[in-house]
Amino acid sequence: MHELGVAIDIVDIAGDALARMGPVHVTSVRVRVGPLSGVAKDALLFSFGAAAAGTPLENARLEIEDVPVTAWCSVCDAEREPSDFAVRRCPVCQSAMPRLIRGDELEVVGLEVQDA
Amino acid sequence: MTTRIVEVRQNVLRKNDLLARELRRRFDAAGTFVVSLVSSPGSGKTTLLEGTLCALARTARVAALVGDLATTRDADRLARSGAPVRQITTGTVCHLDASMVESALADWDVGGLDFLFVENVGNLVCPSSYDLGEHLRVVLLSVTEGEDKPLKYPTIFNTADMAVITKTDLARAAAFDETEALRNINEVRPGLPVVQVSARTGEGFEAWVRELWVARGRALTSPLC
Repeated sequence: MHELGVAIDIVDIAGDALARMGPVHVTSVRVRVGPLSGVAKDALLFSFGAAAAGTPLENARLEIEDVPVTAWCSVCDAEREPSDFAVRRCPVCQSAMPRLIRGDELEVVGLEVQDA
Repeated sequence: MTTRIVEVRQNVLRKNDLLARELRRRFDAAGTFVVSLVSSPGSGKTTLLEGTLCALARTARVAALVGDLATTRDADRLARSGAPVRQITTGTVCHLDASMVESALADWDVGGLDFLFVENVGNLVCPSSYDLGEHLRVVLLSVTEGEDKPLKYPTIFNTADMAVITKTDLARAAAFDETEALRNINEVRPGLPVVQVSARTGEGFEAWVRELWVARGRALTSPLC
Protein backbone atom coordinates (compact mmCIF):
# COMPACT_ATOMS: atom_id res chain seq x y z
CA MET A 1 0.00 0.00 0.00
CA HIS A 2 2.28 2.74 -1.28
CA GLU A 3 -0.47 4.48 -3.25
CA LEU A 4 -0.74 7.31 -0.75
CA GLY A 5 2.91 8.21 -1.39
CA VAL A 6 2.26 8.00 -5.12
CA ALA A 7 -0.84 10.22 -4.76
CA ILE A 8 1.18 12.81 -2.84
CA ASP A 9 3.76 12.79 -5.64
CA ILE A 10 0.97 13.34 -8.19
CA VAL A 11 -0.37 16.30 -6.19
CA ASP A 12 3.17 17.74 -5.94
CA ILE A 13 3.79 17.39 -9.68
CA ALA A 14 0.44 19.00 -10.48
CA GLY A 15 1.20 21.76 -7.96
CA ASP A 16 4.53 22.49 -9.68
CA ALA A 17 2.75 22.71 -13.04
CA LEU A 18 0.10 25.02 -11.56
CA ALA A 19 2.75 27.33 -10.17
CA ARG A 20 3.83 28.02 -13.76
CA MET A 21 0.30 28.99 -14.85
CA GLY A 22 -2.04 31.88 -14.22
CA PRO A 23 -4.99 31.53 -11.88
CA VAL A 24 -7.00 28.45 -12.89
CA HIS A 25 -9.39 25.88 -11.45
CA VAL A 26 -8.24 22.32 -11.93
CA THR A 27 -11.12 20.06 -12.87
CA SER A 28 -9.15 16.88 -13.36
CA VAL A 29 -5.70 15.38 -13.22
CA ARG A 30 -5.00 12.81 -15.88
CA VAL A 31 -2.60 9.98 -15.19
CA ARG A 32 -1.57 6.86 -17.06
CA VAL A 33 -1.14 3.71 -15.02
CA GLY A 34 0.10 0.44 -16.46
CA PRO A 35 -0.83 -2.83 -14.79
CA LEU A 36 2.87 -3.54 -14.24
CA SER A 37 3.51 -0.22 -12.46
CA GLY A 38 2.77 -1.85 -9.13
CA VAL A 39 -0.01 0.63 -8.37
CA ALA A 40 -3.60 -0.41 -7.67
CA LYS A 41 -6.15 1.91 -9.29
CA ASP A 42 -8.77 1.79 -6.54
CA ALA A 43 -6.21 2.45 -3.84
CA LEU A 44 -4.80 5.34 -5.87
CA LEU A 45 -8.24 6.92 -6.34
CA PHE A 46 -8.92 6.60 -2.64
CA SER A 47 -5.52 8.04 -1.70
CA PHE A 48 -5.81 10.92 -4.14
CA GLY A 49 -8.77 12.32 -2.19
CA ALA A 50 -6.68 12.38 0.96
CA ALA A 51 -3.56 13.76 -0.74
CA ALA A 52 -5.47 16.52 -2.55
CA ALA A 53 -7.36 17.75 0.52
CA GLY A 54 -6.39 21.31 1.35
CA THR A 55 -4.55 21.80 -1.96
CA PRO A 56 -5.66 23.52 -5.20
CA LEU A 57 -6.55 20.02 -6.41
CA GLU A 58 -9.09 19.52 -3.66
CA ASN A 59 -12.05 19.44 -6.05
CA ALA A 60 -10.26 17.87 -8.99
CA ARG A 61 -11.02 14.37 -10.25
CA LEU A 62 -8.27 11.87 -10.83
CA GLU A 63 -8.74 10.34 -14.27
CA ILE A 64 -6.80 7.16 -14.74
CA GLU A 65 -6.02 6.03 -18.25
CA ASP A 66 -5.19 2.34 -18.55
CA VAL A 67 -2.11 1.34 -20.49
CA PRO A 68 -2.41 -2.22 -21.71
CA VAL A 69 0.71 -4.37 -21.45
CA THR A 70 2.37 -4.49 -24.84
CA ALA A 71 5.42 -6.57 -25.64
CA TRP A 72 7.47 -7.37 -28.71
CA CYS A 73 6.98 -10.74 -30.34
CA SER A 74 10.15 -11.51 -32.23
CA VAL A 75 8.50 -14.46 -34.00
CA CYS A 76 5.62 -12.37 -35.40
CA ASP A 77 7.95 -9.38 -35.67
CA ALA A 78 5.19 -7.24 -34.18
CA GLU A 79 3.88 -5.58 -31.03
CA ARG A 80 1.36 -7.74 -29.22
CA GLU A 81 -0.95 -7.36 -26.23
CA PRO A 82 -0.96 -10.54 -24.17
CA SER A 83 -4.44 -11.72 -23.15
CA ASP A 84 -3.36 -11.90 -19.51
CA PHE A 85 -1.23 -8.90 -18.45
CA ALA A 86 0.86 -11.08 -16.16
CA VAL A 87 1.77 -13.73 -18.72
CA ARG A 88 4.18 -12.51 -21.37
CA ARG A 89 2.99 -14.79 -24.17
CA CYS A 90 2.07 -13.81 -27.72
CA PRO A 91 -1.69 -14.22 -28.26
CA VAL A 92 -1.11 -15.10 -31.91
CA CYS A 93 1.82 -17.54 -31.95
CA GLN A 94 2.15 -18.33 -28.21
CA SER A 95 5.86 -17.44 -28.14
CA ALA A 96 7.42 -15.92 -25.02
CA MET A 97 7.92 -12.16 -25.32
CA PRO A 98 10.87 -10.99 -23.15
CA ARG A 99 10.79 -7.37 -24.31
CA LEU A 100 8.20 -5.19 -22.61
CA ILE A 101 7.21 -2.12 -24.60
CA ARG A 102 4.42 -0.61 -22.48
CA GLY A 103 2.52 -1.44 -19.33
CA ASP A 104 4.70 -0.23 -16.47
CA GLU A 105 3.89 3.48 -16.84
CA LEU A 106 3.05 5.68 -13.91
CA GLU A 107 2.83 9.14 -15.36
CA VAL A 108 1.02 12.44 -14.96
CA VAL A 109 -0.22 13.24 -18.45
CA GLY A 110 -1.80 16.62 -17.84
CA LEU A 111 -4.31 18.80 -16.10
CA GLU A 112 -7.76 19.82 -17.24
CA VAL A 113 -8.19 23.44 -16.19
CA GLN A 114 -10.63 26.32 -16.43
CA ASP A 115 -9.47 29.92 -16.25
CA ALA A 116 -10.47 31.43 -12.96
CA MET B 1 -16.22 28.67 -19.03
CA THR B 2 -13.68 27.13 -21.38
CA THR B 3 -11.86 24.07 -20.36
CA ARG B 4 -8.39 23.36 -21.64
CA ILE B 5 -5.82 20.66 -21.17
CA VAL B 6 -2.37 21.55 -19.94
CA GLU B 7 0.17 18.90 -20.78
CA VAL B 8 2.51 17.82 -17.97
CA ARG B 9 3.94 14.42 -19.03
CA GLN B 10 5.99 13.54 -16.03
CA ASN B 11 6.83 10.22 -14.49
CA VAL B 12 5.22 10.22 -11.03
CA LEU B 13 8.29 8.71 -9.38
CA ARG B 14 10.69 11.04 -11.18
CA LYS B 15 12.16 12.43 -7.96
CA ASN B 16 12.99 8.93 -6.76
CA ASP B 17 14.28 7.91 -10.20
CA LEU B 18 16.59 10.93 -10.43
CA LEU B 19 18.00 10.26 -6.99
CA ALA B 20 18.45 6.56 -7.82
CA ARG B 21 20.31 7.51 -10.98
CA GLU B 22 22.56 9.80 -8.97
CA LEU B 23 23.23 7.01 -6.45
CA ARG B 24 24.04 4.58 -9.25
CA ARG B 25 26.49 7.08 -10.70
CA ARG B 26 28.13 7.34 -7.30
CA PHE B 27 28.33 3.54 -6.98
CA ASP B 28 29.74 3.24 -10.50
CA ALA B 29 32.43 5.78 -9.77
CA ALA B 30 33.31 4.00 -6.52
CA GLY B 31 33.41 0.57 -8.18
CA THR B 32 30.75 -0.65 -5.76
CA PHE B 33 28.35 -3.19 -7.18
CA VAL B 34 24.96 -2.85 -5.52
CA VAL B 35 22.58 -5.78 -5.22
CA SER B 36 19.08 -5.42 -3.78
CA LEU B 37 17.07 -8.34 -2.46
CA VAL B 38 13.28 -8.36 -2.62
CA SER B 39 10.80 -11.02 -1.55
CA SER B 40 7.87 -11.71 0.71
CA PRO B 41 8.65 -11.82 4.45
CA GLY B 42 10.23 -15.11 5.45
CA SER B 43 11.65 -16.14 2.08
CA GLY B 44 15.16 -16.21 3.46
CA LYS B 45 16.65 -12.86 2.43
CA THR B 46 18.62 -12.43 5.63
CA THR B 47 19.81 -16.05 5.68
CA LEU B 48 20.88 -15.83 2.03
CA LEU B 49 22.64 -12.59 2.82
CA GLU B 50 24.43 -14.04 5.86
CA GLY B 51 25.89 -16.80 3.71
CA THR B 52 26.65 -14.44 0.85
CA LEU B 53 28.53 -11.95 3.04
CA CYS B 54 30.61 -14.78 4.51
CA ALA B 55 31.35 -16.29 1.12
CA LEU B 56 32.30 -12.99 -0.50
CA ALA B 57 34.21 -11.59 2.45
CA ARG B 58 37.10 -13.96 1.73
CA THR B 59 37.93 -12.20 -1.50
CA ALA B 60 35.99 -8.93 -1.53
CA ARG B 61 34.98 -6.00 0.61
CA VAL B 62 31.29 -6.28 1.34
CA ALA B 63 28.64 -4.45 3.34
CA ALA B 64 24.88 -4.48 3.74
CA LEU B 65 21.92 -2.22 4.38
CA VAL B 66 18.82 -3.94 5.70
CA GLY B 67 15.32 -2.55 5.74
CA ASP B 68 12.54 -3.48 8.15
CA LEU B 69 9.61 -1.70 9.73
CA ALA B 70 11.09 -2.16 13.20
CA THR B 71 13.96 -3.71 15.20
CA THR B 72 17.64 -4.13 14.36
CA ARG B 73 17.43 -7.92 14.52
CA ASP B 74 18.52 -8.45 10.91
CA ALA B 75 21.44 -6.05 11.19
CA ASP B 76 22.53 -7.75 14.42
CA ARG B 77 22.39 -11.14 12.73
CA LEU B 78 24.30 -9.99 9.67
CA ALA B 79 26.92 -8.14 11.71
CA ARG B 80 28.13 -11.53 12.94
CA SER B 81 29.60 -12.06 9.46
CA GLY B 82 32.07 -9.29 10.28
CA ALA B 83 30.87 -7.11 7.41
CA PRO B 84 29.72 -3.54 8.07
CA VAL B 85 25.93 -3.56 8.33
CA ARG B 86 23.34 -0.86 8.81
CA GLN B 87 19.67 -1.19 9.54
CA ILE B 88 17.10 1.10 7.98
CA THR B 89 13.93 1.09 10.04
CA THR B 90 11.09 2.46 7.96
CA GLY B 91 8.49 2.85 10.73
CA THR B 92 5.33 1.88 8.91
CA VAL B 93 6.55 2.37 5.36
CA CYS B 94 6.23 -0.82 3.32
CA HIS B 95 9.26 -0.40 1.07
CA LEU B 96 12.64 1.29 0.76
CA ASP B 97 13.10 4.22 -1.58
CA ALA B 98 16.18 5.93 -2.95
CA SER B 99 16.14 8.69 -0.33
CA MET B 100 16.30 6.13 2.51
CA VAL B 101 19.33 4.51 0.88
CA GLU B 102 20.92 7.92 0.41
CA SER B 103 20.36 8.87 4.07
CA ALA B 104 21.72 5.54 5.29
CA LEU B 105 24.86 6.10 3.23
CA ALA B 106 25.24 9.79 4.12
CA ASP B 107 28.28 9.33 6.35
CA TRP B 108 29.44 6.09 4.85
CA ASP B 109 32.23 6.00 2.32
CA VAL B 110 31.23 3.26 -0.10
CA GLY B 111 34.43 3.84 -2.04
CA GLY B 112 36.14 0.95 -0.31
CA LEU B 113 33.43 -1.58 -1.11
CA ASP B 114 33.24 -4.13 -3.91
CA PHE B 115 29.70 -5.21 -3.07
CA LEU B 116 26.91 -3.49 -1.21
CA PHE B 117 23.73 -5.46 -0.54
CA VAL B 118 20.41 -3.77 0.17
CA GLU B 119 17.80 -6.00 1.74
CA ASN B 120 14.37 -4.49 1.11
CA VAL B 121 11.37 -4.72 3.44
CA GLY B 122 9.65 -8.07 3.01
CA ASN B 123 6.90 -7.22 0.55
CA LEU B 124 6.19 -8.45 -2.98
CA VAL B 125 4.19 -5.42 -4.08
CA CYS B 126 5.41 -1.93 -3.18
CA PRO B 127 9.20 -2.35 -3.54
CA SER B 128 8.75 -3.03 -7.25
CA SER B 129 7.98 0.63 -8.00
CA TYR B 130 11.11 2.13 -6.43
CA ASP B 131 14.53 2.21 -8.05
CA LEU B 132 17.14 2.20 -5.27
CA GLY B 133 20.12 2.85 -7.51
CA GLU B 134 21.02 -0.83 -7.44
CA HIS B 135 22.75 -2.58 -10.34
CA LEU B 136 21.09 -5.92 -9.78
CA ARG B 137 17.66 -6.57 -8.30
CA VAL B 138 17.23 -10.11 -7.08
CA VAL B 139 13.81 -11.54 -6.26
CA LEU B 140 13.68 -14.52 -3.92
CA LEU B 141 11.12 -17.29 -4.06
CA SER B 142 11.33 -19.94 -1.36
CA VAL B 143 10.19 -23.49 -2.05
CA THR B 144 7.63 -23.25 0.75
CA GLU B 145 5.75 -20.34 -0.85
CA GLY B 146 4.19 -22.18 -3.76
CA GLU B 147 5.19 -22.42 -7.38
CA ASP B 148 2.51 -19.97 -8.51
CA LYS B 149 3.92 -16.95 -6.65
CA PRO B 150 5.32 -15.40 -9.86
CA LEU B 151 1.86 -15.53 -11.48
CA LYS B 152 0.27 -13.87 -8.46
CA TYR B 153 2.91 -11.14 -8.11
CA PRO B 154 4.10 -10.49 -11.67
CA THR B 155 5.20 -6.90 -11.07
CA ILE B 156 8.07 -7.69 -8.75
CA PHE B 157 9.31 -10.40 -11.13
CA ASN B 158 9.11 -7.88 -13.95
CA THR B 159 11.41 -5.42 -12.25
CA ALA B 160 13.93 -8.04 -11.11
CA ASP B 161 17.13 -8.92 -12.94
CA MET B 162 17.52 -12.36 -11.40
CA ALA B 163 15.45 -14.82 -9.37
CA VAL B 164 16.79 -17.01 -6.58
CA ILE B 165 14.83 -20.05 -5.45
CA THR B 166 15.71 -20.47 -1.77
CA LYS B 167 15.41 -23.22 0.86
CA THR B 168 15.91 -25.97 -1.71
CA ASP B 169 16.79 -28.34 1.14
CA LEU B 170 13.07 -28.20 2.02
CA ALA B 171 11.89 -28.89 -1.53
CA ARG B 172 10.85 -32.46 -0.91
CA ALA B 173 9.06 -31.71 2.39
CA ALA B 174 7.19 -28.87 0.69
CA ALA B 175 6.40 -31.03 -2.39
CA PHE B 176 7.96 -28.26 -4.45
CA ASP B 177 7.52 -28.69 -8.19
CA GLU B 178 10.67 -27.16 -9.64
CA THR B 179 9.59 -27.48 -13.27
CA GLU B 180 6.32 -25.69 -12.53
CA ALA B 181 8.09 -22.89 -10.63
CA LEU B 182 10.59 -22.35 -13.43
CA ARG B 183 7.79 -22.37 -15.99
CA ASN B 184 5.84 -19.76 -14.03
CA ILE B 185 8.85 -17.48 -13.68
CA ASN B 186 9.41 -17.77 -17.40
CA GLU B 187 5.74 -17.04 -18.13
CA VAL B 188 5.79 -13.69 -16.33
CA ARG B 189 9.35 -12.77 -17.22
CA PRO B 190 10.76 -14.76 -20.12
CA GLY B 191 14.51 -15.20 -19.90
CA LEU B 192 14.95 -14.12 -16.27
CA PRO B 193 18.05 -15.94 -14.95
CA VAL B 194 17.28 -18.27 -12.05
CA VAL B 195 19.62 -19.64 -9.41
CA GLN B 196 18.64 -22.26 -6.82
CA VAL B 197 20.24 -22.31 -3.39
CA SER B 198 20.03 -23.72 0.07
CA ALA B 199 21.76 -21.37 2.47
CA ARG B 200 21.53 -24.12 5.09
CA THR B 201 23.34 -26.88 3.18
CA GLY B 202 25.33 -24.60 0.88
CA GLU B 203 23.91 -26.30 -2.20
CA GLY B 204 23.96 -23.94 -5.17
CA PHE B 205 25.86 -21.29 -3.27
CA GLU B 206 28.94 -21.44 -5.43
CA ALA B 207 26.87 -20.81 -8.55
CA TRP B 208 25.06 -17.90 -6.84
CA VAL B 209 28.31 -16.24 -5.80
CA ARG B 210 29.73 -16.81 -9.28
CA GLU B 211 26.65 -15.14 -10.80
CA LEU B 212 27.21 -12.12 -8.55
CA TRP B 213 30.77 -11.75 -9.77
CA VAL B 214 29.70 -12.13 -13.40
CA ALA B 215 26.96 -9.52 -12.96
CA ARG B 216 29.43 -7.20 -11.25
CA GLY B 217 31.86 -7.57 -14.14
CA ARG B 218 29.09 -6.76 -16.61
CA ALA B 219 27.87 -3.70 -14.73
CA LEU B 220 31.12 -2.08 -13.76
CA THR B 221 33.83 -1.23 -16.15
CA SER B 222 36.30 -0.14 -13.48
CA PRO B 223 38.71 -2.90 -12.47
CA LEU B 224 38.57 -4.46 -9.02
CA CYS B 225 41.35 -2.97 -6.94
